[in-house]
Amino acid sequence: MEFINVALPKGRLGEKVLSMFEKAGYTCPSIHEENRKLIFENAEVGIRYFWVKPSDVAIYVERGAADIGVAGKDILLEYEPDVYELLDLCLGKCRMAVAAKKDFCDNTNSTLRVATKFYRIAERYYAEKCRDIDIIHLNGSIELAPILGLSDVIVDIVETGKTLYENNLEPKETIVEISARLIANRASYQFKNALIEKIKDALSLQVKR
Amino acid sequence: MQIDNGILKTDERVAYTLRSLYSRFGYCQYKMSKFEEYALYARNKDFLISDSIISFTDTSGRLLALKPDVTLSIINNSKDEAGTVQKLYYDENVYRIPKGSRSFKEIKQIGLECIGDIGIFEVCEVLSLAIRSLSSISEDYIFEISHVGLMESVLDSLSLGEDVKKQALLCINQKNSDGLYGICAINSVPKEVADTLNVFISNYNSVDEALAAVSGICTAGVADASLSELTEIISFLKQIGLCDNVKIDFSITGEKNYYSGVAFKGYIKGIPTAVLSGGRYDKLMRKMGRASGAIGFAVYLDLLERLDMAGQEFDVDVLLIHGKDIARAIAKADELSKDGKTVRVVGQIPCNLRYRELIDLTGED
Repeated sequence: MEFINVALPKGRLGEKVLSMFEKAGYTCPSIHEENRKLIFENAEVGIRYFWVKPSDVAIYVERGAADIGVAGKDILLEYEPDVYELLDLCLGKCRMAVAAKKDFCDNTNSTLRVATKFYRIAERYYAEKCRDIDIIHLNGSIELAPILGLSDVIVDIVETGKTLYENNLEPKETIVEISARLIANRASYQFKNALIEKIKDALSLQVKR
Repeated sequence: MQIDNGILKTDERVAYTLRSLYSRFGYCQYKMSKFEEYALYARNKDFLISDSIISFTDTSGRLLALKPDVTLSIINNSKDEAGTVQKLYYDENVYRIPKGSRSFKEIKQIGLECIGDIGIFEVCEVLSLAIRSLSSISEDYIFEISHVGLMESVLDSLSLGEDVKKQALLCINQKNSDGLYGICAINSVPKEVADTLNVFISNYNSVDEALAAVSGICTAGVADASLSELTEIISFLKQIGLCDNVKIDFSITGEKNYYSGVAFKGYIKGIPTAVLSGGRYDKLMRKMGRASGAIGFAVYLDLLERLDMAGQEFDVDVLLIHGKDIARAIAKADELSKDGKTVRVVGQIPCNLRYRELIDLTGED
């Protein structure tokens, strides 16, 4: 039997995605068992799931270890993997935004210091505006950067903005809306076309727009 | 000398097979130098898959590069001669930084180029050779064909702004239907226009279904020549029995902006990316000051390594432990190898070696 290998993002979003797959008919009882297994499959529906770090989903799919997967639009924009983006699942909705101290005003006569985990997205955004920037690539606690004077602004994911407001920061500009996307490996899409299209169609019925 | 086919790796076997195939169709091998003037690549960086080039200064002070690409060199050495067609193939190594990597890699490529007065015959011949190239690697292949000229004509007829067009093409390349409708909505593009563009994203079960869908959006005078070329190609491939594994897929959008007509990719089951890529690249010819047309493709032999990895269960068929009688061990190894088995003769069992069968001669001493 031919399986479809699915890379699911670990965490809260992944749980929602799994629930969506299950409602679409792709159940897998073993994934709910308490054990240390890494791969879970249900031969009856031809599905094999595995959890990976959210930022790694696109790599698993691009390199064919997974036929399909679910990755955030932020990851797809940042790493530009060579995959198909088949469906917007409308889950994990948030936005990529520029944020700064509430009283910050962009003084365009000097280089703008931008702290971010998403340096390609930030670079592209400011390149389109012809704005000279100094990218400070951080891996976490991005909000600290403007507070401590490390940067003028940050480019980061904003969901409710609560962390920002509690630290005297606020979102200034929205770069792009983010949500979870169903992605597919280009070769797998060709060889397992009917199966992947069937999953996509079943999932699209579950999407709440 | 007889070559044992069993010893050849897939990429080596395929390289011999394809050289033979292309020669049989009258293509001549183009043997090129490992180095080329750096300026050639610097002028055409947007054509290259990777921007990075290994360059060095030779003894006469010229700035040279290790070839990152073969097609540019072939065009650079081609001449416009009306009514003639040059048919060339190559089997070369190129040096690039693969996507997602930070270091250079030597990549083995074999491919062909058909340059000159290109008509429908040459296009069909090259496509048939591309499909035959795939089928010589594996029966489990898929050949995807698109038509960049057709897509461009339809997009031009829709009066979209350049930015919207660029974003729409990206969505088509990624089969991102939701993204396409989103872009159209943001830019106040009517839904009917978005529906038209979505025809290039939709999934089709057969080439006929795809052709019918595309015909439906080609209104009078739009993409007539491109559509009839694509129809003629499909009809030709059917006639010669090479259409079974062919799909029309417009996600090949000619993103590098040098394809002008058909563009195609080939996939082999078990390999996660396209192993063959090509198309008609008249735009690149114009950019390089040539009036002729051109079509060609490359097969990425390095990717075929994955097929060997999947099939290799043992390192050797027999692990033979020799005793004190060395002559007897050699004779035994000889006997086994004549039966077509691979044999490693050792004094004791090594670690990290996978063998199918163990023969221990120490007990017979």
